[in-house]
Amino acid sequence: MTAEIRTSDGELLSVKLKKVERRRRTTAFLLAAPLLFFIVFAYVIPIFQMLGRSIDNAEMNSFLTETHEVMQTWDGSEMPGEDVTSTFYYELKTAVENKYHGKIATRLNYEKGGFTSLIKKTSRKLKNFDENANFLDQFIDVHKKWGDIEYWQALKRGTDAYHFRKYLTTFDYEQKFDGSIERIPEKLRINVTLWLRTIFVAVGVTFCCFILAYPISHLLSILPTRYSNLLMICVLLPFWTSLLVRTSSWMVLLQKQGVLNDTLVSLGFVADESRLELMYNMTGTFIAMTQILLPFMVLPLYSVMKTISPSLMRAATSMGATPFHAFRKIYFPLTYAGISAGSILVFVLAIGYYITPALVGGAKGILISNRIAYHMQQSLDWSLATAMATVLLIAVLVVYWLYNKIVGIDNMRLG
Amino acid sequence: MALPKYTEMRYRVWHYSYLVICTAVFVFLIAPLFVIIPLSFNAEQYIHFSDGMLALQPEAFSLRWYEDMIYGTKNPWGIAARNSVYYAFFSTIGATILGTVAALGLSSRYMPYKQLIMSVLISPMIIPLIISGSAIFFSLAKLGLAATFPGIVIAHIILGTPFVVITVTATLSGFDDSITRAASSLGSTPTNTFFKITLPLITPGIISGALFAFVTSFDEIVVILFVAGGDRNLTTIPLQMWTGLREQLSPTIMAVATCLIVLSTLILIVTELLRRRSERIRGISAQ
Repeated sequence: MTAEIRTSDGELLSVKLKKVERRRRTTAFLLAAPLLFFIVFAYVIPIFQMLGRSIDNAEMNSFLTETHEVMQTWDGSEMPGEDVTSTFYYELKTAVENKYHGKIATRLNYEKGGFTSLIKKTSRKLKNFDENANFLDQFIDVHKKWGDIEYWQALKRGTDAYHFRKYLTTFDYEQKFDGSIERIPEKLRINVTLWLRTIFVAVGVTFCCFILAYPISHLLSILPTRYSNLLMICVLLPFWTSLLVRTSSWMVLLQKQGVLNDTLVSLGFVADESRLELMYNMTGTFIAMTQILLPFMVLPLYSVMKTISPSLMRAATSMGATPFHAFRKIYFPLTYAGISAGSILVFVLAIGYYITPALVGGAKGILISNRIAYHMQQSLDWSLATAMATVLLIAVLVVYWLYNKIVGIDNMRLG
Repeated sequence: MALPKYTEMRYRVWHYSYLVICTAVFVFLIAPLFVIIPLSFNAEQYIHFSDGMLALQPEAFSLRWYEDMIYGTKNPWGIAARNSVYYAFFSTIGATILGTVAALGLSSRYMPYKQLIMSVLISPMIIPLIISGSAIFFSLAKLGLAATFPGIVIAHIILGTPFVVITVTATLSGFDDSITRAASSLGSTPTNTFFKITLPLITPGIISGALFAFVTSFDEIVVILFVAGGDRNLTTIPLQMWTGLREQLSPTIMAVATCLIVLSTLILIVTELLRRRSERIRGISAQ
């Protein structure tokens, strides 16, 4: 038997409750909506659009659409026929008239070195072409590189609308023109070294931060408040200080004529002529990043340790455990939450570090972010930069997902 | 921290070495900042402790690098400081309003897809800045806002909001709902309850979130490297320091750094006062 409970205005209670709940859900969502839309449109979508550049070649494809289509029937085993060369001639002519042949040259040069000069020279000579004669011969007359089949193969490949080759480059592989995938020559391999170095530095810095943060977080959590507040300044002042200030202080300390070397020399530990190389290498990056990221480990550890009751350890020792044993079996497991929160935070920050390695690391201490910035700003190979960025982003998101699983985004605390 | 008299020798040794280790770590954390301060008062052009400085001779110290920072004709620190404050001010307002309103929604029990939305809102804090910087640059460039004042403010709002969302949500998670229910039962309208009861109680959280947003914008260097596009009129203090540090470590930079350390000390004091106030209001001791 179900009694129909009604509210004072005569509605069914269950219906009314659902209505109220729906209204509250809508209100809650509407409150979050402005920021959500802002972040999605100004940040999340641009990131995906940018990452799309790593496989996108639509612009190039639009410049030479017909050549690309004609080339689909050409298998690339022998020199292309007149259908290909004539189409290419007419499209290149349009390109020169509309002045985008420079872009074609730059883009094709990523496919194969030498294309810049080849296209430029050909563009200049294009007006001398006889449109009734054999085009391939005329191309070869302008520049003998047109006689090399690899340039035609590169042209075919360089006009694809999509490509995944930059992901191979990211890991120092390349696709040969016959379709096989090989590692690039040893002296050109730089990206894998940088990935490994980045992972090594991120893991190493996280570990060092953990080792250094554990004892001081413990000390901070057991000291009486008035002392711990004072010592907390040592953690919070660097935390609030500009990254560039901290980086420049490490430059002052670590450089060859720097404070640390001066001290060691004046104390007689190091001879003046054999000053230590602490900067512009991995040592510098490592030391500076550890100090800069240390507060991010201390704060979560401290907040967890603060909640551990000291009576637990006393109980363990009173029952016969040695202090070490009690620590290992009781105290340490209780701090896992803090360790994982701090470690993931430090790792995520370290893996994308850019400023400190660029200033302190020199050529031997740069990380993958610096390489991405180099391709973004200097070599202007945006597809490679964004391919690397995609791989980095995936790595970070995996760790972020782990963080969410282990710690929970809702439990994130700052300061 | 005094040990009981009956403590065994080996635990005594362990205890004191533990204290030594802790001291060393604290020194490692704080000493680099304090090295900069005396060097900014150096009378010489080189960045090292001269013999005169070590002997504390007054003539080895001077304020010339501070004069250079303020009056130096080639030095753009004035423009940089003004810009930094402007960007930080406007982006803090934007980030605080957007972030606080979103946090109010997110801490509601009825919020749909809470985890997912929270992850999206926090993402600017997690995603490496180099990726954020280039993505924001491309999107601003498309709108014609790259290398403009509003463009930089938008970029900094994006970076600042996660901090506001986190701090305000954290404050609201400790919020006692029965207080607002009490207000409603006494006849207060929802709007009135919000402004008279909820808002004053979460103000410390909002201010500390705003401080985070301010500092994020004020110290931000990676995104602005992309977004400012080398325009000297849009430069900021971190951007100027970055340029300076890449060329040469100059004593003027030490002077600027000292000013920034003073600023961060002030921020630290404000946050500490806020924390105490919030503890007093909520009647809880240190967490």
